[in-house]
Amino acid sequence: MTDFIDLFHYSFFQNALMAALLTSLIAGIVGAYIVARRSVFISGGITHASFGGIGLAYYLGWPPFLGAAAFAILSALGIEWGTQRMKIREDSSIAILWSLGMAIGIIAVFMTPGYTPNLMGFLFGDILTVNPADLIILAIWSLILLAGVIVFYRPVLYTAFDSEFAQVSGLPVKFIRYMTAITVAISIVLAIKVMGIILVLSLFTIPQATANLFYKDLRDIMWLSVLVAVGGSILGLVTAYFLDIPSGASIIFTLTLIYAITKCIKTILLFKS
Amino acid sequence: MSQAILKLENIEAGYERQRVLHNVNLDVFANDFIGVIGPNGGGKTTLLKVMLGLLSPFSGKVTFLDPKTVIGYLPQVNSIDKQFPINVLDVILSGLGKRRKWWHPLPTSILKKAYALMELSGLSGMHNKAIGELSGGQMQRVFLCRAIINDPQLLILDEPNTFVDKNFEEDLYQILSELNERMAIVLVSHDIGTISSFVKTIACVNGNLHYHPANKITNEMLKSYNCPVEIISHGTIPHRVLKNHNNHD
Repeated sequence: MTDFIDLFHYSFFQNALMAALLTSLIAGIVGAYIVARRSVFISGGITHASFGGIGLAYYLGWPPFLGAAAFAILSALGIEWGTQRMKIREDSSIAILWSLGMAIGIIAVFMTPGYTPNLMGFLFGDILTVNPADLIILAIWSLILLAGVIVFYRPVLYTAFDSEFAQVSGLPVKFIRYMTAITVAISIVLAIKVMGIILVLSLFTIPQATANLFYKDLRDIMWLSVLVAVGGSILGLVTAYFLDIPSGASIIFTLTLIYAITKCIKTILLFKS
Repeated sequence: MSQAILKLENIEAGYERQRVLHNVNLDVFANDFIGVIGPNGGGKTTLLKVMLGLLSPFSGKVTFLDPKTVIGYLPQVNSIDKQFPINVLDVILSGLGKRRKWWHPLPTSILKKAYALMELSGLSGMHNKAIGELSGGQMQRVFLCRAIINDPQLLILDEPNTFVDKNFEEDLYQILSELNERMAIVLVSHDIGTISSFVKTIACVNGNLHYHPANKITNEMLKSYNCPVEIISHGTIPHRVLKNHNNHD
């Protein structure tokens, strides 16, 4: 027990905890939107394409986050543009950007002289190396996102639900689509620090699946997803520390466990009634 | 005679390289109730999309008498994601479009109006239900409420009677007749037998458009318009049943 309390005194763990909290807030909200719009596959494409930006940033000696954000935003807009304007099948344009991004990243890393540190951290997440600057960025983005949800919830909801009708009713549908695509891209890139490219989507989908067991309204799914994500990631983080296992994987395990238990309880309750 | 609130002139429209509508002309007046009929693939939905501004025609002109004309639109139920997490009230309120500032709280007058519309269409007490929990007929009613909450001058309906149970279908046409006193209505239906008793005029779309300034349709007329329509008959509603025909010759 003292071990457990001591843990919260370490500044690296406090940082990790804050990062998990803020990332869960971002992922809970944005993930609810992604799942509602059925764009999980698009998000996978954006996530993996961002690896190209990370590799290129390493090669050029730039901050990796900037490279990842640039690639993520460009691929998000590219997918919107490719399907809307060029009439490319959406799944094809996603697959092209997904693998092209990874390929650029691999080539860039290969060409970078010497050892590339932290590359594993980008693939699998490295929450214990989060520094105060990362936290400030996460906090600022959380605030922007919360303000955005409060002000633009309805037009975004209406556009996601029925974009043709939204267009007829006079909403700037194209603008809303591009803005939400950029928001999703930035949110994913920020969450990569905690969860890593390969695992990040879990935080955007598993809490939402849990919330969806109880609620059928986007607003409710958003806040319950945030709660589940916060609970799951803190529990996962603590477990990771004590079992000495990678934190990202531990968080996914916890989130899935929460989903499975909740689903079982719900099924039993339904069966009884 | 008053001016048309919507004028379509020499419209050529379609998708990518495929032309669906050819030289279409249509005037919609303030109190029109136009039934649009025609075979599948004949361009009924394409015509609606041109009217709604969702599809730019290859050539021709779409002119609104008042550029600020409010249009109400009821799409085909099939085009909607039924698992989308949205409740009935939010769907209806989405009909308000850009008319209000989104960050302002909802004025009670608008909420009252939404609830009144729900009551009118037999949806009382369902405001909190998710759209996926409704039957097809209930969903249609929700979409009708959404289409009219903004008091449109032009109401465009794409197959509003699909999935609607027969009891409500009569109510639906009654409601539409009342709405017609305040707005022009363009209604697409494959069910020509039923609609012909309610609409004032008929437009037959099969590549091109033939406008018939009355609601009586005869077999000969359809033949001369080259408008092969499948006629489905229903029980309780007054209707004309016309013989099925094929005139591709």
